[in-house]
Amino acid sequence: MTSTMTETVAAPTAASRAGISPWLTFAVRRGGQFILSLWVLITAAFLMIHLVPGDPVRAALGMNAPAELVEARRAALGLDQPLIVQYVNYFAKLFTGNLGVSTITNEPVAHIIATRFPATLQLALLACLLVLLIALPLGVTMAVVTRGSRRRGLELTFAIICVVFAAIPEFLLGVGLVYIFAVNLGWFPIAGNDSPLALVLPVVTLAVGPIAVFSRIIRVEVLSVLSQDFVRTARAKRLAPRKIYIRHALPNAMTATLTLTGLLLSGMVAGTVLVENIFAWPGLGTMIVQSILSKDYPVVQSIVLIYGMGVLLVNLVIDIVLALLDPRSTIRES
Amino acid sequence: MPTRLKWLSIVRSPVGATATVLVLLLALLAVFAPLIWGAQAEAIDTSGTQQGPSAEHLLGTDALGRDVLARVLIATQLSVALAVIAVVIGVTVGTLLGTAPSVLPRWAGRLVVGIVNIAVAFPGLLLALFFAVIFGVGTTGAVLAIGFAMAPGFARLTQTMSAAIAGRDFISAARAAGVSRLRVLIRHVLPNIAEPLIVNATVAAGGALLAFAGLSFLGIGVQVPAYDWGKLLGEGLNRIYINPAAAFGPAVAVIVAGLAFNLLGETAASVAGGRVTIGRWTLPPRPQPTTRAVPAFSTVSVGTILSIENLRVSYPTPSGLVHPVRGVSFEVREGEALGVVGESGSGKSLTALAASRLIEPPGVVDADRLEFNGIQMLTAPEKTIRGLLGTSLAMVFQDPMTSFNPTRRIGSQLAEAAQEHQGMSKKEAMKRAVKQLQAVRVPAATRRAEQYPHEFSGGMRQRAMIAMGLMNSPKLIIADEPTTALDVTVQRQVLRLLERVRTDTNAAILLISHDIAVISQSCERVLVMYAGRVVEDLPTAELYTGARHPYTRALLEVVPDLDTDREQPLGVIPGRPPAPGEVPLGCAFAARCPLATAQCREADPELEIHRDKHRVACWNPVESDTRVTLPELTAAAHTEAAPVATVGGAQ
Repeated sequence: MTSTMTETVAAPTAASRAGISPWLTFAVRRGGQFILSLWVLITAAFLMIHLVPGDPVRAALGMNAPAELVEARRAALGLDQPLIVQYVNYFAKLFTGNLGVSTITNEPVAHIIATRFPATLQLALLACLLVLLIALPLGVTMAVVTRGSRRRGLELTFAIICVVFAAIPEFLLGVGLVYIFAVNLGWFPIAGNDSPLALVLPVVTLAVGPIAVFSRIIRVEVLSVLSQDFVRTARAKRLAPRKIYIRHALPNAMTATLTLTGLLLSGMVAGTVLVENIFAWPGLGTMIVQSILSKDYPVVQSIVLIYGMGVLLVNLVIDIVLALLDPRSTIRES
Repeated sequence: MPTRLKWLSIVRSPVGATATVLVLLLALLAVFAPLIWGAQAEAIDTSGTQQGPSAEHLLGTDALGRDVLARVLIATQLSVALAVIAVVIGVTVGTLLGTAPSVLPRWAGRLVVGIVNIAVAFPGLLLALFFAVIFGVGTTGAVLAIGFAMAPGFARLTQTMSAAIAGRDFISAARAAGVSRLRVLIRHVLPNIAEPLIVNATVAAGGALLAFAGLSFLGIGVQVPAYDWGKLLGEGLNRIYINPAAAFGPAVAVIVAGLAFNLLGETAASVAGGRVTIGRWTLPPRPQPTTRAVPAFSTVSVGTILSIENLRVSYPTPSGLVHPVRGVSFEVREGEALGVVGESGSGKSLTALAASRLIEPPGVVDADRLEFNGIQMLTAPEKTIRGLLGTSLAMVFQDPMTSFNPTRRIGSQLAEAAQEHQGMSKKEAMKRAVKQLQAVRVPAATRRAEQYPHEFSGGMRQRAMIAMGLMNSPKLIIADEPTTALDVTVQRQVLRLLERVRTDTNAAILLISHDIAVISQSCERVLVMYAGRVVEDLPTAELYTGARHPYTRALLEVVPDLDTDREQPLGVIPGRPPAPGEVPLGCAFAARCPLATAQCREADPELEIHRDKHRVACWNPVESDTRVTLPELTAAAHTEAAPVATVGGAQ
C-alpha cells in the first residue's frame, strides 16, 4: 500500500527534476488517466451484457420466442463469437459510431441517443446554471454577514434550511412541485417538454438540493478566504467592502467552486434519470429505465457509456481549468 | 475520554438524541409492526378501494382497499432491512477492495487502486443502474446493485485511512518485528479504522434508504407482492390526484428514516472526530466607549498625527471577555519614527490594528481617545474614516507572501488603492504604481507590475507592499514586523527604505517589532509593551543606558553582540508572558522579574513620567548603572523560555 503510493508520487518528481516542463508532465498524467478511465468504462459497458446471468437474448425476447429468432438475434448481436473477438469488434464499432441496434425496436442505438441526448443536456446545463447563479451569491452573502460569529441566529436558520432541503430526494421534491404548481395551481405543464414553461419544474427540482449543499460549502470557503492576510491588506487599503468581496475574496474561492461545479455536473447524471422519469422528459434518463425494464441491453449499454463519458469529460475539463487558473498547484503536484 | 462516555455524548446533543430515538423507533417498528398490523395490511376490502383519509384509515386505502398506514408501518421492516443489507455488502466489498492492495502483490494492488479510483468518479446511481442490469430487476438485484454501488466509496475511505495509519509507529514496529502483512492488517489496521467505517456506514444507511426508494420509484426495485416504502410511494404517486395522503405517508417515512440515520452518523462522526461543541457561547454586550465629554477643540498638541488614550481591545472567549490590550496611551508626532517592542502576545500588533481601525468582530475596541489627523475615529462616520485612512494611513504587514492576493497582479493591487481614493483612471493608477515600485527600487518595475505575487522574492514583495502604502500620500505608516520574514541583508534594505520614505515624505512611522535591535536602529522613540500594556516609553538614544524597567533591561540583555560568548546558549528571559485571560492582579511581569517585591504582586504600577520624554510603569525601576542579572538558565527553563531576540537583530 505505502510502497505503491510513494512510487506514484516519486515518479513525476523525478521527471520534473530531469527538466521536463511541469505542463507536459501534467498533460501526460491527466491525459493518461482519462484514457485509462475511458478504457475501463468501455470494458465495463462491454462486459455488462455478458455478466447478465443466463442468455440476455432469451431474456429479452421472452421464453416463448422461437429458437430460430433467438439464434438469429444472437448472431446479429455477434454474441455467437468468441468473447475476445466480440471485445475487439465492440471497440472497432465504437470508433465508427456504430452502437448497435435496439433489440426491441430495431432502431439504431446511435439514432436513439442522438435524438434524446440534447433534451437531457439541456436539463442538466440549465439546472447547473441555476445552481451557480443562486448558490454563489447566496453563499458569499451568508459568509459576509455571518463572519466572525455575527448573526448566529441567521446562520443557524440558514444551516437548518439547507440541511432539510438537501435531505429531500429529487423524486419526492419533483412530485411535490408537480402536485402544487402543476396540478393544483396549474401554472406549469405536468409533464413533457413542449413549451419553455415545461422546463421550469424539472430544472428547479434538479437544482434545489445542490443549491442547498453548494451555498453552505461556498459560505465556508469564502469564510476561510476572508480570514486570510490579503483580505486584511485589502481592508487596510480601505476599499469599499463590495470590492473586497468581489475582487479579493471570490477569485480565491474559485478553486473550490470549480471543483464543486465538476461534482455538480457529474451528479446531475443521477438527478436527470429520476427527474426525467417524473416529468416524462424525452431524454436519456427515461430511455435507460425503459430499456432496463424491457431488457434492451444494447441501448442500456450505450446510455451507460454516454453517461460515464460525460462524467469523465467533465472531470477532465475541470482539472484543466483548475490547472490554468492556479499554475502553482499544478507545478507543485507534478 | 473513555470510549463509553464519548459515545454517550451523542445522546447529549439534541440532534443526536432525536436521531438515536428515531433509529431505535425504526428498529422496534421493523421487528414488531408485522406482528401488530399484519392482518390489517393484508385485509382486502373491495368495497372500500382508493379511499381518502378517514378515522378508520388515517392515510386512506389502496387499490385493493388495504389500509395504507398499516402498510407503511409494516414496510419499515423490508425498507430498513434492505438498506442495512446493502450497506453491509457495500462496507464488506469496499473494505476488501480497500485493504487488498496491502496484501496483494504490487501490480495487483495498483490495479485494484486504479479501478477503485475510476469507479469513485462515477455517481452512485449510475453504478446502481449498471449493477441493476447485471443482477436483474427485483429485490435481490436492487440490494446487490446498491451495495456494490457503495463499495468504491468505502474502498477509497479504507485506503485513505489505512494509509494514514500505516505511517504510525506501532505499524512500523510490527513490520520491523517481521509480522506478516495480512496479520498487520487484521490485528492493527482494521481495528483502528473500524470506528470511522461504522460512522460512515450509518450515514450511508440513510442514503441507501433513499436509493431504494428511488429504484422502487423507477420500477426497478422491489417487485409485487413485496413492498417497501419506495414501492408504496410509487403506488401512491400514481394516485396522487385521488388520495395525496397515500403518497404523503411513505414519503414522510422515507425522509424521516433517511434523516435519522444521516444525523445519527453525522453526530457520531463529530464525536469521533472530537468536534462536539461543549455548549455555545454568545457574545457579551458590546462595551460602549466611555461617554466622557470629548472637548470640542482638540486638546492634542499641534503636530500630533495619532493620539491614543486608554485603548482597550477585547475578545469574547468561552470563559468570558479577555483584554489582550489593556489601556494603552501614546502619541505619534508628524514625521516621527516610533518603535513598539515586545514579545509575541504583548498586544503590539493588536494595538496597531486597533489604531488603524482594522479589528474585526468579535473583537471590540474602545478608548478614551482614538484620534487620527484630528478626527475622532471611534465616533466619526464610517465614510469619513474610510476616506481619511485610505489616503493618510498606510499599513505594511508582516508576511508579504500571504498579504498579497495570490490571484491578482501586483500592479493592479497597488493601483486599486489610488483608484479608490484619488479617483484615478485605471491607466493613471497603473502608471503611478510603476512609479512607486521604482521609488522603492524594484528593478524593471513596468514588467514587475504585470507579475503575480508568487513571482516576487520575499524582499521584493515587502518593497511592493511599502510601495502600495505610498500610492496615496500617507501621513503615518504603520509597519507591523515588516522585516521578520526576511533575511538579514534584505531586512536592512527594507529598514533603510522606510527611513528614506520618512525623510522624503515626512510621514511618521510606527514600527512594530519583537526585535529591540531593529527598533533601536531605526526609531527615535520606543514603546515597550508587556501583556497588553505599555511598560516603558523612552527615546532610543537613552535605551542602552537609561532604560528603567526591568523588562526593557532584560530585552536588551538577551540581544547577543560581538562580545557574546558563542560557546554559551543564546540568552533568554525565562518563563512566558501571561496569556490575555490570566493576567495577574499586580504587575504582569512580576513573576519573571528578578527585582519583584510584594508590592509588585499586589498592585499594577501606572505608566508615570520618570523624567522628560521618559515614562515607566514600575515600582522598583532599575538604577542607571545596575546590571540586571537574569536568573541562571536551567535546561528546562531554556526550552520553555520564549526567545525575544534573534541573532540577526544584533548585526
